[in-house]
Amino acid sequence: MGARRWIVRLTPYLLLAPGMLWLLVFYVYPSFQMFISSFWSGTLETGFTFSLDNWTTYTDALSRYEPQFLRSLVYGGAATIVCFLIAYPLAYTIAFRGGRYKNLLLFLVIAPFFTSFLLRTQSWKIILGDDGILFGPLKDLGFLPPEFRVLATPAAVVAGIAYNFLPFMTLPIYVSLEKIDVRLVEAAKDLYAGPWRPGGTLAGGALGAIVGAVLAGALTYPILPLALGGALLGVVVGTFFVSESFLRVVLPLSLPGVFAGSLLTFIPAMGDFVNAELLGGSPQTRMIGNVIQSRFLDNNDYPTAAALSFILMAAILAMVAIYARLLGTRELTSAR
Amino acid sequence: MNASTAVEPARPSAAVRAGRFITRNVLYVYTAFAILYLMLPVAVMGLFSVNDPPGKSNVAWHGFSLEAWLNPFGVPGLLQVVETSVAVAFLSTLVATALGTLIALALVRYDFRGSAATNTLIFLPMATPELVLGASLLTLFVAIGQPPFFPTNFLTILIAHIMFNISYVVVTVRARLYGFDRHLEEAAMDLGANELTTFRKVTFPIILPGIMAAALLAFSLSIDDYVITSFTAGRTSTFPIFIWGSARIGVPVQVNVIGTAFFLIAVGFVAVTTLLQGRASRPPRPARRAGAETAAAADRALAPATEA
Repeated sequence: MGARRWIVRLTPYLLLAPGMLWLLVFYVYPSFQMFISSFWSGTLETGFTFSLDNWTTYTDALSRYEPQFLRSLVYGGAATIVCFLIAYPLAYTIAFRGGRYKNLLLFLVIAPFFTSFLLRTQSWKIILGDDGILFGPLKDLGFLPPEFRVLATPAAVVAGIAYNFLPFMTLPIYVSLEKIDVRLVEAAKDLYAGPWRPGGTLAGGALGAIVGAVLAGALTYPILPLALGGALLGVVVGTFFVSESFLRVVLPLSLPGVFAGSLLTFIPAMGDFVNAELLGGSPQTRMIGNVIQSRFLDNNDYPTAAALSFILMAAILAMVAIYARLLGTRELTSAR
Repeated sequence: MNASTAVEPARPSAAVRAGRFITRNVLYVYTAFAILYLMLPVAVMGLFSVNDPPGKSNVAWHGFSLEAWLNPFGVPGLLQVVETSVAVAFLSTLVATALGTLIALALVRYDFRGSAATNTLIFLPMATPELVLGASLLTLFVAIGQPPFFPTNFLTILIAHIMFNISYVVVTVRARLYGFDRHLEEAAMDLGANELTTFRKVTFPIILPGIMAAALLAFSLSIDDYVITSFTAGRTSTFPIFIWGSARIGVPVQVNVIGTAFFLIAVGFVAVTTLLQGRASRPPRPARRAGAETAAAADRALAPATEA
């Protein structure tokens, strides 16, 4: 009987062992190795030697690549905001108005991801090309000046990132919206929740102006027109589309999904280098990912590359840890 | 609502009705545009697979031609990279699905010391940027510094793909296991089946759709991965690496053909299984709230395809 109890006790560990061992050897250990490698000096030909004196790699790397770090932060943040603006109404419509088409709509949100990430980005390059299928005809007709371009600008990179990570934002928001009991909204309406005026008009205008200004400032575009445009859009949305029941019931209940989606968008966005390479391609749009990739693969400069990746990983893990402390990881992985 | 509505039922003013009409329909129009926006690059990819460009550069429309579709591997090296990609995807799916399913079973079925730590370890790879996953693996292989790990090769690609797929499999299968009615197993045991038979005849068939969904997800993640693969590939080339390499000099039309074919196969697969499952009887399903992460969400979107 004793032996049998032991078997039962051991079963979960036996089930876990192969997979967890794989993760320990090929996920956890490499993270330590990356830290060790950042203290290397030498080249691939001569071999590498470890010394704690090489901590200067960190200070050198930080001072040399500070602009790229900042740019990753800014582009990642801007792309997250754009994703939220597109994803929330989309998720809301699917969750509350989707009816019998819910699954089809969700499938359509995911369907683009059955094609290669690189090919989708390459398609955007075709669409947004300087004389491409969109701007070519517009320039010929005189609607746009001949020197107008989107490719190789910060906007192209941010738009590309936002496109590629949109489902990471949409799906968590959808999940949290779908959980909401509609009777709560009905109850709010019974308790005289109506349109949100003039509060919505004011709040929408102010928020729109702020978002427009932040996006413009982050991407180095003229601030005033974008702030005005944002304010106008915000006023319309706040006045006509935001009701008190939405503000007080739906929005607060969907916040966990919004937070989860933001984190899941921001993390890969910050580490991305594919969009910056294919849609940007100019030194003014290089992100930290581009630096890390070329340091590793083109220059074989493993110590610097390892130090940069370690900083990136530490920054992101810190954000995840803060998030998990405040809100838990259930919304991020799986929940019932 | 004003006082008159209390007397004459349901006759809001014209302005209110117009407002409601707009509110209602703007959301639908917005959603249609959002879906269009999501689908546009896929459509362009398909369109440019029947393009007829004179040179290598396939970025402007030149005219209709089925040439590339009739000769999809007409570019040197393309057949080989597609074969490599399919082989990596197939093998990594096989291993990761097996390992991940075992972990999911342990997590859902057993209370054990260390389950919280296990959950964290499953979650972390999904929260780490792909760039960091690939980079840290490369430093490991460089530190080992000798075959079969360095120079990096097919084996190191496979190791990396299994690693990032495990977490997604766990999350997907776990979502399915949560909705599992344990009474079915107890019934089997009461009827004299031992643990192994119960697993084979009851548990496994019920969780199979979840495992299939996980495998599908793992396969599509693996076949599409560029970032991690670029760090662990060395001289080996996969389909995404081929695309990246040709992006600077001009992506051949054939690449669009293969991309479009992958897309059509995947969508067709989902459509066919949905239709087949739709005909099968539908047992009442416990209300299940799938997870928020992509994997669980993908499982959810694929639910009609893979769940009875």
